[in-house]
Amino acid sequence: MTGAWELDPQVALRPEPFGALAYHYGNRRLTFLRSPDLVELVRTLGDHPSVGDALAATIEVERRPSFERALESLAESEVIRPR
Amino acid sequence: MTRLTEELKRGLDAPICLTWELTYGCNLACIHCLSSSGRRDPHELTTAEAKAVIDELRAMQVFYVNIGGGEPTIRSDFYELVDYAVGNGVGVKFSTNGSTITKRRAQRLAATDYLDVQISIDGATAATNDAVRGEGSYAMARRAMDQLAAAAFGPFKISVVITRHNVAELDALQALADGYGAQLRLTRLRPSGRGADTWHELHPTADQQIDLYHWLLDHPNTLTGDSFFHLSALGEALPGLNLCGAGRVVCLIDPIGDVYACPFVLHPEFRAGSVRDEGGFTRVWRRSELFSSLREPESAGACASCGSYDACQGGCMAAKFFTGLPLDGPDPECVKGHGELALVGASAASSAPRRGPDHSVPVRLGPRRR
Repeated sequence: MTGAWELDPQVALRPEPFGALAYHYGNRRLTFLRSPDLVELVRTLGDHPSVGDALAATIEVERRPSFERALESLAESEVIRPR
Repeated sequence: MTRLTEELKRGLDAPICLTWELTYGCNLACIHCLSSSGRRDPHELTTAEAKAVIDELRAMQVFYVNIGGGEPTIRSDFYELVDYAVGNGVGVKFSTNGSTITKRRAQRLAATDYLDVQISIDGATAATNDAVRGEGSYAMARRAMDQLAAAAFGPFKISVVITRHNVAELDALQALADGYGAQLRLTRLRPSGRGADTWHELHPTADQQIDLYHWLLDHPNTLTGDSFFHLSALGEALPGLNLCGAGRVVCLIDPIGDVYACPFVLHPEFRAGSVRDEGGFTRVWRRSELFSSLREPESAGACASCGSYDACQGGCMAAKFFTGLPLDGPDPECVKGHGELALVGASAASSAPRRGPDHSVPVRLGPRRR
Protein backbone atom coordinates (compact mmCIF):
# COMPACT_ATOMS: atom_id res chain seq x y z
CA MET A 1 0.00 0.00 0.00
CA THR A 2 1.48 3.31 -1.03
CA GLY A 3 0.62 6.97 -0.79
CA ALA A 4 -1.40 8.95 1.71
CA TRP A 5 -4.64 7.54 3.17
CA GLU A 6 -7.23 8.62 5.69
CA LEU A 7 -10.34 7.45 7.51
CA ASP A 8 -13.28 8.00 5.17
CA PRO A 9 -15.28 10.96 6.52
CA GLN A 10 -18.48 8.94 6.04
CA VAL A 11 -17.23 6.35 8.55
CA ALA A 12 -18.03 6.50 12.28
CA LEU A 13 -15.96 4.55 14.80
CA ARG A 14 -17.43 3.22 18.03
CA PRO A 15 -14.80 2.10 20.56
CA GLU A 16 -15.29 -1.46 21.87
CA PRO A 17 -13.19 -3.72 24.14
CA PHE A 18 -12.02 -5.72 21.08
CA GLY A 19 -11.17 -2.58 19.08
CA ALA A 20 -14.00 -0.72 17.37
CA LEU A 21 -17.06 -0.98 15.20
CA ALA A 22 -16.77 1.00 11.98
CA TYR A 23 -19.92 1.99 10.15
CA HIS A 24 -19.92 3.51 6.68
CA TYR A 25 -23.03 5.65 6.31
CA GLY A 26 -22.65 5.72 2.54
CA ASN A 27 -22.40 2.02 1.68
CA ARG A 28 -24.03 0.99 5.01
CA ARG A 29 -21.36 -1.60 5.72
CA LEU A 30 -20.37 -2.53 9.22
CA THR A 31 -16.78 -3.57 9.82
CA PHE A 32 -15.11 -4.91 12.96
CA LEU A 33 -11.69 -3.46 13.77
CA ARG A 34 -10.32 -6.30 15.82
CA SER A 35 -7.53 -4.56 17.73
CA PRO A 36 -7.20 -1.28 19.63
CA ASP A 37 -3.85 -0.67 17.88
CA LEU A 38 -5.55 -0.94 14.51
CA VAL A 39 -8.13 1.61 15.66
CA GLU A 40 -5.35 4.02 16.64
CA LEU A 41 -3.60 3.43 13.31
CA VAL A 42 -6.79 4.10 11.34
CA ARG A 43 -7.62 7.21 13.35
CA THR A 44 -4.18 8.77 12.81
CA LEU A 45 -3.66 7.61 9.22
CA GLY A 46 -4.61 11.03 7.89
CA ASP A 47 -1.92 12.76 9.99
CA HIS A 48 0.92 10.99 8.20
CA PRO A 49 2.33 11.58 4.72
CA SER A 50 2.13 7.86 3.90
CA VAL A 51 0.87 4.52 5.17
CA GLY A 52 4.50 3.56 5.81
CA ASP A 53 5.01 6.57 8.05
CA ALA A 54 1.79 5.89 9.95
CA LEU A 55 2.84 2.27 10.53
CA ALA A 56 6.33 3.34 11.60
CA ALA A 57 4.87 5.78 14.12
CA THR A 58 2.34 3.44 15.75
CA ILE A 59 3.19 -0.26 15.18
CA GLU A 60 6.31 -2.29 16.06
CA VAL A 61 8.32 -3.58 13.09
CA GLU A 62 7.42 -7.28 13.42
CA ARG A 63 3.67 -6.59 13.55
CA ARG A 64 3.61 -4.24 10.55
CA PRO A 65 2.93 -6.83 7.79
CA SER A 66 -0.29 -8.02 9.47
CA PHE A 67 -1.46 -4.44 10.04
CA GLU A 68 -0.70 -3.63 6.43
CA ARG A 69 -2.95 -6.54 5.38
CA ALA A 70 -5.67 -5.25 7.70
CA LEU A 71 -5.43 -1.81 6.07
CA GLU A 72 -5.75 -3.36 2.61
CA SER A 73 -8.99 -5.03 3.63
CA LEU A 74 -10.24 -1.78 5.18
CA ALA A 75 -9.48 -0.04 1.89
CA GLU A 76 -11.58 -2.65 0.09
CA SER A 77 -14.57 -1.99 2.35
CA GLU A 78 -14.02 1.78 1.96
CA VAL A 79 -13.36 2.39 5.67
CA ILE A 80 -10.20 4.23 4.58
CA ARG A 81 -9.63 6.13 1.35
CA PRO A 82 -6.69 7.61 -0.54
CA ARG A 83 -6.20 11.31 0.00
CA MET B 1 -14.32 -19.33 18.55
CA THR B 2 -12.38 -16.12 17.97
CA ARG B 3 -11.72 -13.43 20.54
CA LEU B 4 -14.21 -11.20 18.73
CA THR B 5 -17.11 -13.65 18.98
CA GLU B 6 -16.23 -14.39 22.62
CA GLU B 7 -16.48 -10.67 23.38
CA LEU B 8 -19.69 -10.27 21.43
CA LYS B 9 -21.27 -13.11 23.41
CA ARG B 10 -20.51 -11.22 26.61
CA GLY B 11 -22.51 -8.30 25.21
CA LEU B 12 -21.63 -4.73 24.24
CA ASP B 13 -22.51 -1.44 25.97
CA ALA B 14 -24.83 -0.69 23.07
CA PRO B 15 -26.43 -2.92 20.46
CA ILE B 16 -24.75 -3.08 17.05
CA CYS B 17 -28.14 -2.57 15.48
CA LEU B 18 -31.67 -3.13 16.59
CA THR B 19 -35.05 -3.86 15.17
CA TRP B 20 -37.80 -1.41 15.93
CA GLU B 21 -41.35 -2.34 15.14
CA LEU B 22 -43.21 0.95 14.92
CA THR B 23 -46.75 -0.38 14.75
CA TYR B 24 -48.72 -3.60 15.01
CA GLY B 25 -51.07 -2.24 12.35
CA CYS B 26 -50.83 -3.94 8.97
CA ASN B 27 -52.88 -4.11 5.80
CA LEU B 28 -51.67 -7.67 5.18
CA ALA B 29 -52.07 -10.76 7.33
CA CYS B 30 -49.09 -12.94 6.41
CA ILE B 31 -49.53 -16.43 7.81
CA HIS B 32 -46.00 -16.48 9.28
CA CYS B 33 -46.00 -12.96 10.81
CA LEU B 34 -43.51 -12.91 13.70
CA SER B 35 -45.47 -10.26 15.57
CA SER B 36 -49.01 -11.47 14.78
CA SER B 37 -49.68 -7.99 13.37
CA GLY B 38 -52.96 -6.60 12.14
CA ARG B 39 -54.52 -4.06 14.49
CA ARG B 40 -52.73 -1.02 15.90
CA ASP B 41 -52.19 -1.03 19.64
CA PRO B 42 -53.73 2.06 21.30
CA HIS B 43 -50.64 2.36 23.51
CA GLU B 44 -48.09 2.62 20.69
CA LEU B 45 -45.27 5.10 21.34
CA THR B 46 -46.13 8.70 20.56
CA THR B 47 -44.05 10.76 18.16
CA ALA B 48 -42.31 12.47 21.10
CA GLU B 49 -41.58 9.15 22.82
CA ALA B 50 -40.21 7.69 19.60
CA LYS B 51 -37.94 10.71 19.14
CA ALA B 52 -36.66 10.31 22.70
CA VAL B 53 -35.70 6.71 21.84
CA ILE B 54 -33.81 8.01 18.78
CA ASP B 55 -31.99 10.51 21.04
CA GLU B 56 -30.88 7.60 23.21
CA LEU B 57 -29.72 5.57 20.22
CA ARG B 58 -27.68 8.52 19.04
CA ALA B 59 -26.04 8.92 22.45
CA MET B 60 -25.25 5.19 22.52
CA GLN B 61 -23.78 5.41 19.00
CA VAL B 62 -26.14 2.88 17.51
CA PHE B 63 -25.38 3.41 13.84
CA TYR B 64 -28.60 2.12 12.37
CA VAL B 65 -32.00 0.66 13.11
CA ASN B 66 -34.09 -1.79 11.16
CA ILE B 67 -37.60 -0.44 11.23
CA GLY B 68 -40.48 -2.80 10.69
CA GLY B 69 -43.89 -3.68 12.03
CA GLY B 70 -46.67 -4.34 11.13
CA GLU B 71 -46.47 -2.10 8.12
CA PRO B 72 -44.46 0.83 9.51
CA THR B 73 -45.34 3.29 6.75
CA ILE B 74 -48.99 3.41 7.83
CA ARG B 75 -47.99 5.53 10.86
CA SER B 76 -48.75 9.12 9.93
CA ASP B 77 -45.48 10.25 11.57
CA PHE B 78 -43.40 7.54 9.86
CA TYR B 79 -41.38 9.82 7.59
CA GLU B 80 -41.02 12.43 10.33
CA LEU B 81 -39.38 9.76 12.51
CA VAL B 82 -37.21 8.49 9.66
CA ASP B 83 -35.99 12.03 8.93
CA TYR B 84 -35.34 12.63 12.63
CA ALA B 85 -33.29 9.43 12.94
CA VAL B 86 -31.26 10.04 9.80
CA GLY B 87 -30.72 13.69 10.81
CA ASN B 88 -29.27 12.45 14.10
CA GLY B 89 -26.82 10.01 12.54
CA VAL B 90 -28.97 6.95 13.15
CA GLY B 91 -29.28 5.34 9.72
CA VAL B 92 -32.54 3.64 8.86
CA LYS B 93 -33.41 0.53 6.95
CA PHE B 94 -37.11 -0.04 6.83
CA SER B 95 -39.10 -3.08 5.78
CA THR B 96 -42.32 -2.61 3.89
CA ASN B 97 -44.82 -4.64 1.92
CA GLY B 98 -44.63 -1.88 -0.67
CA SER B 99 -48.25 -0.78 -0.45
CA THR B 100 -47.43 2.89 0.18
CA ILE B 101 -44.49 3.28 -2.21
CA THR B 102 -46.02 5.53 -4.86
CA LYS B 103 -44.05 7.20 -7.64
CA ARG B 104 -43.77 10.41 -5.63
CA ARG B 105 -42.78 8.62 -2.45
CA ALA B 106 -40.13 6.62 -4.31
CA GLN B 107 -38.64 9.86 -5.64
CA ARG B 108 -38.50 11.31 -2.13
CA LEU B 109 -36.88 8.16 -0.77
CA ALA B 110 -34.28 8.28 -3.54
CA ALA B 111 -33.38 11.81 -2.44
CA THR B 112 -32.79 10.84 1.22
CA ASP B 113 -29.30 9.78 2.33
CA TYR B 114 -28.55 6.99 4.82
CA LEU B 115 -31.87 5.38 4.08
CA ASP B 116 -32.34 1.84 2.97
CA VAL B 117 -35.57 0.22 1.86
CA GLN B 118 -36.39 -3.45 2.03
CA ILE B 119 -39.39 -4.86 0.18
CA SER B 120 -40.74 -8.15 1.49
CA ILE B 121 -41.68 -10.87 -0.94
CA ASP B 122 -41.87 -14.60 -0.21
CA GLY B 123 -41.70 -16.17 -3.61
CA ALA B 124 -40.57 -15.51 -7.18
CA THR B 125 -44.12 -15.95 -8.43
CA ALA B 126 -47.47 -14.56 -7.33
CA ALA B 127 -48.71 -18.07 -6.63
CA THR B 128 -45.91 -18.88 -4.18
CA ASN B 129 -45.86 -15.47 -2.56
CA ASP B 130 -49.58 -14.85 -2.25
CA ALA B 131 -50.16 -18.20 -0.55
CA VAL B 132 -48.19 -16.79 2.40
CA ARG B 133 -48.61 -13.02 2.19
CA GLY B 134 -52.13 -12.79 0.77
CA GLU B 135 -53.79 -12.27 -2.59
CA GLY B 136 -52.43 -9.33 -4.55
CA SER B 137 -49.38 -8.87 -2.32
CA TYR B 138 -46.92 -10.03 -5.00
CA ALA B 139 -48.18 -7.47 -7.52
CA MET B 140 -48.08 -4.80 -4.79
CA ALA B 141 -44.45 -5.57 -3.92
CA ARG B 142 -43.42 -5.63 -7.58
CA ARG B 143 -45.09 -2.25 -8.19
CA ALA B 144 -43.06 -0.79 -5.31
CA MET B 145 -39.87 -2.28 -6.76
CA ASP B 146 -40.72 -0.81 -10.17
CA GLN B 147 -41.23 2.62 -8.58
CA LEU B 148 -37.93 2.49 -6.67
CA ALA B 149 -36.06 1.41 -9.79
CA ALA B 150 -37.72 4.13 -11.89
CA ALA B 151 -36.76 6.74 -9.26
CA ALA B 152 -33.14 5.46 -9.38
CA PHE B 153 -33.21 4.77 -5.65
CA GLY B 154 -30.15 2.51 -6.03
CA PRO B 155 -29.65 -0.95 -4.61
CA PHE B 156 -32.71 -1.48 -2.40
CA LYS B 157 -33.18 -4.84 -0.72
CA ILE B 158 -35.58 -7.65 -1.50
CA SER B 159 -36.28 -9.65 1.63
CA VAL B 160 -37.44 -13.23 1.50
CA VAL B 161 -38.36 -15.61 4.31
CA ILE B 162 -37.26 -19.06 3.19
CA THR B 163 -40.02 -21.65 3.16
CA ARG B 164 -40.57 -25.15 1.83
CA HIS B 165 -42.31 -23.61 -1.18
CA ASN B 166 -39.75 -21.02 -2.27
CA VAL B 167 -36.41 -22.83 -1.77
CA ALA B 168 -36.72 -24.07 -5.34
CA GLU B 169 -37.10 -20.44 -6.50
CA LEU B 170 -33.79 -19.16 -5.12
CA ASP B 171 -32.23 -18.69 -8.56
CA ALA B 172 -35.36 -16.97 -9.83
CA LEU B 173 -35.36 -14.67 -6.78
CA GLN B 174 -31.71 -13.84 -7.42
CA ALA B 175 -32.57 -13.05 -11.04
CA LEU B 176 -35.42 -10.83 -9.87
CA ALA B 177 -33.05 -8.90 -7.59
CA ASP B 178 -30.39 -8.67 -10.30
CA GLY B 179 -32.98 -7.31 -12.72
CA TYR B 180 -33.62 -4.39 -10.37
CA GLY B 181 -29.98 -3.95 -9.34
CA ALA B 182 -31.27 -4.89 -5.89
CA GLN B 183 -29.69 -6.98 -3.14
CA LEU B 184 -31.30 -10.25 -2.14
CA ARG B 185 -31.78 -10.86 1.58
CA LEU B 186 -32.83 -14.27 2.84
CA THR B 187 -33.93 -15.00 6.38
CA ARG B 188 -34.99 -18.02 8.31
CA LEU B 189 -38.63 -18.84 9.02
CA ARG B 190 -39.24 -18.82 12.77
CA PRO B 191 -42.16 -20.48 14.57
CA SER B 192 -42.97 -17.13 16.23
CA GLY B 193 -46.22 -15.15 16.22
CA ARG B 194 -48.63 -16.56 13.65
CA GLY B 195 -45.65 -18.58 12.44
CA ALA B 196 -46.27 -20.90 15.40
CA ASP B 197 -49.35 -22.21 13.61
CA THR B 198 -47.79 -22.54 10.15
CA TRP B 199 -44.18 -23.46 10.86
CA HIS B 200 -44.71 -27.21 10.62
CA GLU B 201 -46.08 -26.92 7.07
CA LEU B 202 -43.78 -24.11 5.91
CA HIS B 203 -40.30 -24.78 7.24
CA PRO B 204 -37.81 -26.24 4.73
CA THR B 205 -37.29 -29.99 4.73
CA ALA B 206 -33.93 -31.50 5.74
CA ASP B 207 -32.97 -31.98 2.07
CA GLN B 208 -33.98 -28.40 1.27
CA GLN B 209 -31.80 -27.14 4.12
CA ILE B 210 -28.82 -28.87 2.48
CA ASP B 211 -29.70 -27.26 -0.88
CA LEU B 212 -30.03 -23.87 0.81
CA TYR B 213 -26.68 -24.28 2.57
CA HIS B 214 -24.88 -24.96 -0.71
CA TRP B 215 -26.73 -22.13 -2.44
CA LEU B 216 -25.61 -19.72 0.30
CA LEU B 217 -21.99 -20.92 0.02
CA ASP B 218 -22.19 -20.34 -3.75
CA HIS B 219 -23.65 -16.85 -3.22
CA PRO B 220 -21.56 -15.42 -0.36
CA ASN B 221 -22.75 -11.86 -0.97
CA THR B 222 -26.36 -12.72 -0.17
CA LEU B 223 -27.55 -10.84 2.91
CA THR B 224 -28.88 -13.14 5.64
CA GLY B 225 -28.65 -11.19 8.90
CA ASP B 226 -26.59 -14.25 9.96
CA SER B 227 -29.92 -16.03 10.05
CA PHE B 228 -28.81 -19.52 9.07
CA PHE B 229 -25.93 -20.22 11.42
CA HIS B 230 -27.53 -23.55 12.39
CA LEU B 231 -26.61 -24.72 8.87
CA SER B 232 -22.91 -24.26 9.58
CA ALA B 233 -23.00 -27.71 11.22
CA LEU B 234 -23.16 -29.11 7.66
CA GLY B 235 -19.46 -28.29 7.20
CA GLU B 236 -17.79 -25.03 6.24
CA ALA B 237 -19.13 -22.06 8.23
CA LEU B 238 -21.38 -19.63 6.37
CA PRO B 239 -20.20 -16.02 6.07
CA GLY B 240 -21.12 -13.88 9.09
CA LEU B 241 -20.84 -14.02 12.84
CA ASN B 242 -22.45 -17.42 13.39
CA LEU B 243 -23.74 -16.71 16.86
CA CYS B 244 -27.05 -15.87 18.48
CA GLY B 245 -26.93 -12.12 19.09
CA ALA B 246 -30.11 -11.94 21.20
CA GLY B 247 -29.65 -9.47 24.05
CA ARG B 248 -25.90 -9.45 23.33
CA VAL B 249 -25.56 -7.38 20.15
CA VAL B 250 -29.16 -7.07 18.97
CA CYS B 251 -32.62 -6.63 20.45
CA LEU B 252 -36.10 -5.51 19.49
CA ILE B 253 -38.22 -2.54 20.54
CA ASP B 254 -41.90 -3.22 19.94
CA PRO B 255 -44.57 -0.59 19.08
CA ILE B 256 -45.49 0.05 22.74
CA GLY B 257 -41.83 0.39 23.75
CA ASP B 258 -41.31 -3.06 25.21
CA VAL B 259 -37.78 -4.35 24.70
CA TYR B 260 -37.30 -8.00 23.72
CA ALA B 261 -34.12 -10.00 23.24
CA CYS B 262 -34.57 -10.36 19.49
CA PRO B 263 -37.19 -9.88 16.76
CA PHE B 264 -38.26 -13.51 17.02
CA VAL B 265 -39.15 -13.77 20.70
CA LEU B 266 -42.15 -11.51 21.30
CA HIS B 267 -43.17 -13.35 24.44
CA PRO B 268 -43.28 -12.23 28.09
CA GLU B 269 -40.45 -14.62 28.93
CA PHE B 270 -38.04 -12.64 26.71
CA ARG B 271 -39.23 -9.14 27.60
CA ALA B 272 -36.38 -7.26 29.26
CA GLY B 273 -38.23 -4.02 30.11
CA SER B 274 -39.67 -0.95 28.44
CA VAL B 275 -38.23 2.24 26.99
CA ARG B 276 -40.90 3.93 29.14
CA ASP B 277 -39.23 2.66 32.34
CA GLU B 278 -36.96 4.95 34.33
CA GLY B 279 -33.54 5.04 32.67
CA GLY B 280 -35.12 4.34 29.29
CA PHE B 281 -33.76 1.99 26.69
CA THR B 282 -30.18 2.50 27.85
CA ARG B 283 -30.90 1.06 31.26
CA VAL B 284 -32.83 -1.89 29.85
CA TRP B 285 -29.95 -2.71 27.51
CA ARG B 286 -27.24 -2.37 30.13
CA ARG B 287 -28.91 -3.49 33.33
CA SER B 288 -31.89 -5.74 32.70
CA GLU B 289 -31.74 -9.13 34.38
CA LEU B 290 -32.77 -10.91 31.20
CA PHE B 291 -30.04 -9.42 29.04
CA SER B 292 -27.43 -9.96 31.78
CA SER B 293 -28.35 -13.63 31.89
CA LEU B 294 -28.19 -13.97 28.10
CA ARG B 295 -24.63 -12.61 28.25
CA GLU B 296 -23.43 -15.29 30.66
CA PRO B 297 -21.65 -18.34 29.25
CA GLU B 298 -24.30 -20.80 28.18
CA SER B 299 -24.28 -24.55 28.61
CA ALA B 300 -24.30 -26.81 25.57
CA GLY B 301 -26.77 -29.02 27.45
CA ALA B 302 -27.99 -31.95 25.41
CA CYS B 303 -25.77 -30.78 22.52
CA ALA B 304 -22.53 -31.11 24.54
CA SER B 305 -21.74 -34.56 23.13
CA CYS B 306 -22.32 -33.46 19.52
CA GLY B 307 -19.17 -32.68 17.56
CA SER B 308 -20.90 -29.86 15.70
CA TYR B 309 -21.84 -27.67 18.66
CA ASP B 310 -18.95 -25.26 18.02
CA ALA B 311 -20.24 -24.75 14.48
CA CYS B 312 -23.97 -24.28 15.15
CA GLN B 313 -23.97 -23.10 18.79
CA GLY B 314 -27.14 -25.10 19.36
CA GLY B 315 -29.06 -22.97 16.86
CA CYS B 316 -31.83 -20.45 17.43
CA MET B 317 -33.29 -19.78 20.87
CA ALA B 318 -36.62 -18.60 19.43
CA ALA B 319 -37.02 -21.65 17.19
CA LYS B 320 -36.54 -23.89 20.22
CA PHE B 321 -38.76 -21.90 22.55
CA PHE B 322 -41.78 -21.68 20.28
CA THR B 323 -41.64 -25.36 19.34
CA GLY B 324 -41.53 -26.30 23.03
CA LEU B 325 -37.92 -27.50 23.01
CA PRO B 326 -35.51 -26.86 25.90
CA LEU B 327 -33.19 -23.90 25.23
CA ASP B 328 -30.09 -25.95 26.02
CA GLY B 329 -30.94 -28.65 23.49
CA PRO B 330 -30.94 -28.99 19.70
CA ASP B 331 -32.62 -26.59 17.31
CA PRO B 332 -35.84 -28.02 15.81
CA GLU B 333 -34.13 -27.81 12.41
CA CYS B 334 -30.84 -29.32 13.63
CA VAL B 335 -29.09 -30.56 10.50
CA LYS B 336 -27.95 -33.70 12.32
CA GLY B 337 -31.57 -34.69 12.86
CA HIS B 338 -31.50 -34.30 16.67
CA GLY B 339 -34.27 -31.68 16.52
CA GLU B 340 -36.82 -33.94 14.84
CA LEU B 341 -36.43 -36.51 17.60
CA ALA B 342 -36.74 -33.84 20.27
CA LEU B 343 -39.91 -32.48 18.59
CA VAL B 344 -41.56 -35.87 18.82
CA GLY B 345 -40.89 -35.81 22.55
CA ALA B 346 -42.10 -32.21 22.89
CA SER B 347 -45.38 -32.83 21.09
CA ALA B 348 -45.92 -35.91 23.25
CA ALA B 349 -45.52 -33.65 26.27
CA SER B 350 -47.86 -31.16 24.49
CA SER B 351 -45.63 -28.24 25.45
CA ALA B 352 -45.88 -26.52 22.04
CA PRO B 353 -46.71 -24.14 20.50
CA ARG B 354 -46.28 -21.21 22.84
CA ARG B 355 -47.83 -17.87 22.05
CA GLY B 356 -47.05 -14.21 22.53
CA PRO B 357 -49.38 -11.20 22.24
CA ASP B 358 -51.77 -11.45 19.26
CA HIS B 359 -52.78 -8.41 17.18
CA SER B 360 -54.37 -10.34 14.34
CA VAL B 361 -57.48 -8.89 12.77
CA PRO B 362 -60.37 -11.14 13.84
CA VAL B 363 -61.57 -13.47 11.12
CA ARG B 364 -64.85 -12.22 9.65
CA LEU B 365 -67.65 -14.68 9.19
CA GLY B 366 -69.81 -14.69 6.10
CA PRO B 367 -69.07 -13.34 2.63
CA ARG B 368 -66.63 -10.47 2.39
CA ARG B 369 -67.59 -7.41 0.36
CA ARG B 370 -65.08 -6.28 -2.27
